[in-house]
Amino acid sequence: MLDIEDLHVEIGEKEVLHDINLRIGDGETHVLMGPNGSGKSTLLMTLMGFSNYIVTEGRIRFKGEDITHLPIHARAQIGMGMMFQRPPTISGLKLGKLLAATYGDQPDRIREMARKLNMDHFLERDINKGFSGGEIKRSEVLQLTAQSPEFVMLDEPESGVDLENISLIGHAIGMLLEKDVHIVNRKKSGLVITHTGYILDYLDADKGHVMCDGEIKCHGNPREILKEVKARGYRECLECRQTA
Amino acid sequence: MQTNGVTPGFDLPPEDRERLALSGIELGMANRCGSYLQKNQDVMHATCSESGIEVLSYKMAMEKYPWLEDYAWKLVPKDKDEYTKYVATQERPVGYVIIARKGSNNILPVQACLFLGSEQIQHVHNILIAEEGAELHVVSGCASASHVGKGGAHYGISEFYIGKDAKISFTMIHTWGEEIEVYPRSAARVEEGGVFLSNYVCMKPVKKVQMYPTAYLKGPKAVARFSSVVIATPESVLDLGSRAVLEAEGSSAELITRAISKGGTIISRGHIQGKTRETRGHLECKGLILKDGRIYAIPEIEGLVVGTELSHEAAVGKIAQEEIEYLMARGLDEEVATATIIRGFLDVKISGLPEALQKQIDLAIDSAEKAGF
Repeated sequence: MLDIEDLHVEIGEKEVLHDINLRIGDGETHVLMGPNGSGKSTLLMTLMGFSNYIVTEGRIRFKGEDITHLPIHARAQIGMGMMFQRPPTISGLKLGKLLAATYGDQPDRIREMARKLNMDHFLERDINKGFSGGEIKRSEVLQLTAQSPEFVMLDEPESGVDLENISLIGHAIGMLLEKDVHIVNRKKSGLVITHTGYILDYLDADKGHVMCDGEIKCHGNPREILKEVKARGYRECLECRQTA
Repeated sequence: MQTNGVTPGFDLPPEDRERLALSGIELGMANRCGSYLQKNQDVMHATCSESGIEVLSYKMAMEKYPWLEDYAWKLVPKDKDEYTKYVATQERPVGYVIIARKGSNNILPVQACLFLGSEQIQHVHNILIAEEGAELHVVSGCASASHVGKGGAHYGISEFYIGKDAKISFTMIHTWGEEIEVYPRSAARVEEGGVFLSNYVCMKPVKKVQMYPTAYLKGPKAVARFSSVVIATPESVLDLGSRAVLEAEGSSAELITRAISKGGTIISRGHIQGKTRETRGHLECKGLILKDGRIYAIPEIEGLVVGTELSHEAAVGKIAQEEIEYLMARGLDEEVATATIIRGFLDVKISGLPEALQKQIDLAIDSAEKAGF
């Protein structure tokens, strides 16, 4: 599904990602962990193609196609989707209108999708305007559900979400990643940034990676990595000389 | 008066019918409770099917109701400027008078069409009265034929009287041409508990529009809301203002403008004067410059007593790249993403406006979106 080779990325002429290599197969969900500022969000933004993230070396391939220099909307159109951690507010643009732009003008279906995420009262609201942390997450998951990408990138999907809503969001994300489909037939893949690991209860992630200082330091079983990090923090990861 | 849905003398080419439709004028009268059509200086018809509302030509109204002398030129002074003087000295004043009788509350709008079909100065004098408890909604479609060029102008005097607990909404949609100059001169008097909603939409090229309507809030808890949504194309000059004078306790005003320059000039003026305690006013102007032009916001708030609360916010800027890219991440290409954001920027929902009129405003803006912002 996704193949990242020797990727180097600059923001404002400063290299922030160094030599990233990562391969995510069809139907796989990977988890990205690491301390704040280690470059996790930067990697997601780069994969989606945002303008401030300049690839200086390396390649990103998606479904076999080199997308390193493809514009954002073209990546979205071939099946990449992203849940933003801090999406912008767009005054006057109704959430329902954006959903219609991505999903097609099918108000009943859109209302039904929104209802499942407890967002049906937000369709006539300006996108993200006055939304709480949890409402932003639900709005993002709803937009991704409408978009139905093959490869889903999630930036801290559980942050700011109360316990009541985490299962709602968790299940919806599980559906996005076809966790209800048998592993053999599952096609959708994901890359998830998480600090707490709560989201793992709904995702059954296949692989975990730890990122420090703009590099992927190690790979492993996501639950084991999480356990280590919870027990000792990232200090040892920073000192670890193992290169992935 | 009508034959086959076409008013005699209004058998216009499709292009001009389209321009009128964009301005909110339904020549077939669908969803309109009354209609006034004026072409150049000729009154084509003035009619209303609603028993509580009268739609009359200015001449007929003055003959029928001599008491209207107490209303004409009482809010807009005759000698205010050269344009009012020009209209005041006409031997044959033309325009319309709409009177919503006490307690009438039809929410279907009356349409007032002022159509300029040749290179001349069109002058009108209008008086709109909502008596106690009455509700009156008017869509004023002002348009010129597509061929009208240099020398075409429109001078329009409008005086609004909103009685106790009455409401007038006045939605003016302009579809003029690149050579036409437009000078509306309007004022409103709002009594206790009355509401005046004044909406202005201009999405099409025009040489110059200059206006500064004023609402005098005379009665306690009177409300005025001005909303303007405008685009200035290259060579267009839109010098727009609105003023509210808060003269009674509990009165309030809101002045909202969304302005886009595509190379033209927009001067967005506004003035709220708080003359009595327990009054509130807010003025908001947001401008977006899409191509080098000029947006000049001059918000003025003037408090004269303890207990008046006035505020303003004005911003001129560009579309944030972050917003464009957010929508691109959902699969919209850059052009569509940009247009979607601009459409959102122009989206002003006016509380208290009947749905049919809100739709009319939305349609005018949608058509600008389709033509490409």
